[in-house]
Amino acid sequence: MAGRTLTLVGIGAIVGLALAGCGSGTPKADKSGQAVTGTVTVSAAASLTAAFQEVGKAFEDAHHAVTVKFNFAGSSTLVTQLTNGAPADIFASADEANMDKAEKAGVLDGKSQDFARNRLAIVVAAGNPKAITGLKDLVRPGLVVSICVPDVPAGRYARQALTKAAVAVPQGSQELDVKSVVSRVSLGQADAGIVYTTDVQDGGAKVAAVTIPDDQNVIANYPISLVKHGSNPSAAKEFLAFLVSQQGQAILARHGFLGP
Amino acid sequence: MTTGLSQGVGPTVAAPAWSAPPPRAARWSGRPPLLLVVLATVGAGLFVFPLAGLLVKAPWEQLPALLVAPEARDALGLSLLCSLSATALCVLLGVPLAWVQQRTRLPGRGLLRAITTLPVVLPPVAGGVALLYAFGSRGIFGWVLNRDTGIQLAFTTTGVIIAETFVAMPFMVITISGALQSVDRRLEEAARTFGANRWTIFWRVTLPLIRPSLIAGTVLSWARALGEFGATITFAGNYPGKTQTMPLAVYVALETNPDAAVALSLILVAVSLGILTGLRRQWFGPT
Repeated sequence: MAGRTLTLVGIGAIVGLALAGCGSGTPKADKSGQAVTGTVTVSAAASLTAAFQEVGKAFEDAHHAVTVKFNFAGSSTLVTQLTNGAPADIFASADEANMDKAEKAGVLDGKSQDFARNRLAIVVAAGNPKAITGLKDLVRPGLVVSICVPDVPAGRYARQALTKAAVAVPQGSQELDVKSVVSRVSLGQADAGIVYTTDVQDGGAKVAAVTIPDDQNVIANYPISLVKHGSNPSAAKEFLAFLVSQQGQAILARHGFLGP
Repeated sequence: MTTGLSQGVGPTVAAPAWSAPPPRAARWSGRPPLLLVVLATVGAGLFVFPLAGLLVKAPWEQLPALLVAPEARDALGLSLLCSLSATALCVLLGVPLAWVQQRTRLPGRGLLRAITTLPVVLPPVAGGVALLYAFGSRGIFGWVLNRDTGIQLAFTTTGVIIAETFVAMPFMVITISGALQSVDRRLEEAARTFGANRWTIFWRVTLPLIRPSLIAGTVLSWARALGEFGATITFAGNYPGKTQTMPLAVYVALETNPDAAVALSLILVAVSLGILTGLRRQWFGPT
């Protein structure tokens, strides 16, 4: 019995590896002047997921011969992937630090450009039951406030905003990413949190945003760049142009992003 | 449930003692110690409540649409292909690895044991980076492979299998090592006395003796491979249809539609439970 099991798994291993080996072919780069074709691969920060998926669909509608494929992960993971030869035509980062890292590693083609900005907001339960009006309310006794740890950009920005508003860092939980902050508030485990405006937008009907005024807010830039050795540079350039076009920007705005 | 006792006797009597599965332990017949029952209940609660929470809060109305969505089907197919291939590799390579550690006088066995269990404690993301340094196109092994054959392992489906094998195989090695330590060596010695060579002893005596552990190790490895996220996204990327397994699809869905993420997780739970119960019947007989 054990012998038969072993034989079966041995065959399974060989078949599995053989199937996996039948990889997909690389798209052909088109001649300039012709309509773009093939596949364009976009490595994008996880916080861009919802907006970029919609931009990708709109781009495919405008360019029928092109397929957009996304590779979503944290910005720093994407830089690690790119420096180790991950296939990509475009890299979109959630902060400048990681774009700089990619540039220093020599994986980018040309200069990066900012295509969107994001600002902080206070996330509260829908209907704002604790009547929070601004950052100063977050230190109110008895309130549970959730922010990101200082190592991730959102946590760094949140502390900068609190400093600008002359408010101490409130008591409460510290999360590794903004999505956890939003889910804590939507599950009622926290009364408020500091996240990006876009995260409140994507957080659904259970949460609402309280605006942080400009003089206390921190604006995060989202840079994007072509990747060196991309397999489809002409389609990649078209995608970048589409992203900063009126249509692309309108989609980003719908997800709460500000123009560059 | 009541057939457990009767199974120990009967057909197995005719088989030679060392090739038969160990006799099934008799069920406790008296009153069980209260403390054990209380602690077991608390332990069970830790698993029952999260599962119940998933079932109650799950967006059931979204399930049909998700099941036919090509992204989810691709991810599920990839998850099954990669996790089963990784499990097969765990058996194929992990059992010999454990055997070498336990049955030979190879110098540096202790170090080898430590290294092969490293992925258990290593954060999976760090494991993914380590895999890139080894098998990536600039890795110490990967660039030679790429230069001489043009083969790319990172960021391919094969890369997913490698990443899953990397994190799952320690569970096989640890389980089999433990089993090999507790095997009655006299049975192997007896086989040698009768003239069996080392391969025959391994194949006909040792392997049947450790069969329950082999099954346990296989199930553990498969479960670990199926849920793998960190090493996969780092070493293989998150490319839909190519390297985006179910856990990665859940991660993407969390960013856009948290309800869909819960539903996708449920599909994964249902498929794994289905396979495990199916195999349980196959391997252990009805219990």
